[in-house]
Amino acid sequence: MWEYAPAPESRDIANLKPNYRMFVDGKFVEGSGEPLKTINPATEEVLAEVSTASESDVDSAVKAARRAYDRVWSKMPGSERAKYIYRIARQIQERGRELAVLESLDNGKPIKESRDVDVPTAASHFFYHAGWADKLGYAGHGPDPKPLGVAGQVIPWNFPLLMAAWKIAPALACGNTVVLKPAETTPLTALVLADIIQQCDLPPGVVNIIPGAGDVGAALVGHTDVNKVAFTGSTDVGKVIQGQLAGTSKKLTLELGGKAANIVFDDAPLDQAVEGIVNGIFFNQGHVCCAGSRLLVQESIADELIEKLHARVSTLRVGDPLDKNTDVGAINSREQLTKIKELTESGEAEGATRWTSECSLPDKGFFFAPTVFSGVSQAMRIAREEIFGPVLSVLTFRTPEEAVAKANNTPYGLSAGVWTDKGSRILWMAQRLRAGVVWSNTFNRFDPTAPFGGYQESGFGREGGRTGLEAYLDV
Amino acid sequence: MSDRITVAKTYKLYIGGKFPRSESGRSYPVTDAKGTFLANAAQGSRKDARDAVSAARKAFAGWSGTTAYNRGQVLYRVAEVLEGRREQFIAEVATSEGVPAKKAQSLVDTAIDRWVWYAGWTDKIAAVLGSSNPVAGPYFSFSTPEPTGVVAVLAPQQSSLLGLISVIAPVIASGNTCVVITSQDRPLPAITLSEVLATSDVPGGVVNIITGRTAEIAPWLASHGDVNALDLTGAPESIRADLERSAAGTVKRVLRNKQNEDFAATPDMSRLRAYLETKTVWHPMGV
Repeated sequence: MWEYAPAPESRDIANLKPNYRMFVDGKFVEGSGEPLKTINPATEEVLAEVSTASESDVDSAVKAARRAYDRVWSKMPGSERAKYIYRIARQIQERGRELAVLESLDNGKPIKESRDVDVPTAASHFFYHAGWADKLGYAGHGPDPKPLGVAGQVIPWNFPLLMAAWKIAPALACGNTVVLKPAETTPLTALVLADIIQQCDLPPGVVNIIPGAGDVGAALVGHTDVNKVAFTGSTDVGKVIQGQLAGTSKKLTLELGGKAANIVFDDAPLDQAVEGIVNGIFFNQGHVCCAGSRLLVQESIADELIEKLHARVSTLRVGDPLDKNTDVGAINSREQLTKIKELTESGEAEGATRWTSECSLPDKGFFFAPTVFSGVSQAMRIAREEIFGPVLSVLTFRTPEEAVAKANNTPYGLSAGVWTDKGSRILWMAQRLRAGVVWSNTFNRFDPTAPFGGYQESGFGREGGRTGLEAYLDV
Repeated sequence: MSDRITVAKTYKLYIGGKFPRSESGRSYPVTDAKGTFLANAAQGSRKDARDAVSAARKAFAGWSGTTAYNRGQVLYRVAEVLEGRREQFIAEVATSEGVPAKKAQSLVDTAIDRWVWYAGWTDKIAAVLGSSNPVAGPYFSFSTPEPTGVVAVLAPQQSSLLGLISVIAPVIASGNTCVVITSQDRPLPAITLSEVLATSDVPGGVVNIITGRTAEIAPWLASHGDVNALDLTGAPESIRADLERSAAGTVKRVLRNKQNEDFAATPDMSRLRAYLETKTVWHPMGV
């Protein structure tokens, strides 16, 4: 092994400001909630102070969205809406580097991921949905589908800008207006997106962005004048929201947790599979709802695969998110780090064999070394609960039927992976896996044209593709 | 008033990303609606048409091989550059078609929006026209649309820009390449459009534009063995049936356009569908 020289991206590119304000009715305004301080999880320094919404701010944001819906956006021809959305896509591309650096600062993810995945995919979501705005009649939801009205959207901290794009782009394309609450720990890129939206000259009130904690999300979701709720986050909160909306006419889509099985058969190309497993669980520090957190390996190759996996994971570089060589960045918050530690301790206590990379970790900030548990049984918490961190649990199987049974033995059902050289087996497996996305000989692929979403307690509704439009149409 | 003498533009062909004169050395005068001389346009020949087909064929693998997302962005870029040339197009359409400035403005605006409409289709065609087929057996069967290849387009004779864009954009949106014979008497906006295409990341050869006599060049394209489809929109009535008969020689897909097609109205998918093949793939399913 050789040493890498540091290759840090300059933080000045983020144009970080000391204060950020919420975006309501086309203007940046002070919220009357308690301001929050957002920190850099890699250093624990305060990045900026962000104003938050109170309940009355939520109300004024929803009112602004309603006015914009009634007076402008619902009446505008789709071809005109399209051009606004194309503008947003282009501006995200133009300010891509700024957004990438800011995202890595606020979230802790490696710059190579924010630069190569989050930001370009966010732009492509706007680009793709812009094209739908004047073609909704072709989407298979009837000849002239109508929007729902005001959409209240609550998004998580793992892909802050990308989740904002996944939510806002289809809502606007379908003719809805939006009030979006970014996550408490990662509000910054959503507010730069608000700046972009302002520069794109969108009519005031079409998009409103109100930072805050869970109480703001609850007020938004519960607001009587919201027609559509879209939530991405934990299954626990998703259940609360679904319960809260019971008996109302609000349309709901949920994208919740997961405990995906990544299944490797003995005929799989092993080196390629190892890359896919690493990408599946260590991408974005494992803060991915569809992460391949349960590795199911055919017994005959388990030892060989685990050895290769340890060797490969040992080379992962954990550290400064702004360093272009960094593979695994910072855990997003102290709270999340505590949760990861608690679950890994339970894995050891329940008898699984722990292996942790001996990589060096920075002195400051929230970091967790990539960890692989082998000898995991289905009853253990690390096989059942979503860890949402760089921790992989390895289980084994003998027959394809057993692989299917173990993979489906979960209340979740967001994604799955299958590694084998045999095409017919991939399709046989795909047919039986109870998951919304099945990746074959690859993992963690996302595209605006490909619907994404879960079975069972991973939520309902899809984002992306023709199917994803249904969530924002009155059909 | 300035006494400055303006620099007059030479209107040439657009083949393989370059602007050649006709190899025949011929040109013909183009006038405005009142008969006033505007410019000389190149009078394309059989050889020019064949060169254009070979350029279109050469470009096909690359263009059809780009991702739909990339093609969408390139086409959207064309709309951005069109918007920047809006005033020039308004002036050219007004003189070519003899319409008032206000009407020309509306035609140009619709033309730009039409281009945006087709740009948005590139990554949606497969989702709308493709299918997963629930066959009665242990097979995974799916069908996807694919571009047919090189399309010969006889552009509308009347609508010099909106009509032209309405026939070109659907051909290339799905990944085909094309050879376009412009409106015979109103060819100038088409040559200006080729300047837009040449500066918008559209690879050379994807769109080839030939000015001249439609009735002279069209038969060579209709019978050409390396042309996959033919759009009859601008064909003179007297030769339409002959062109179709020639096209039958290599089983070309022929688009018989609707009579008096209203290019200002929002189109349907028919012009996209006209140049698509459907490919069905079967794969066994089983352990």
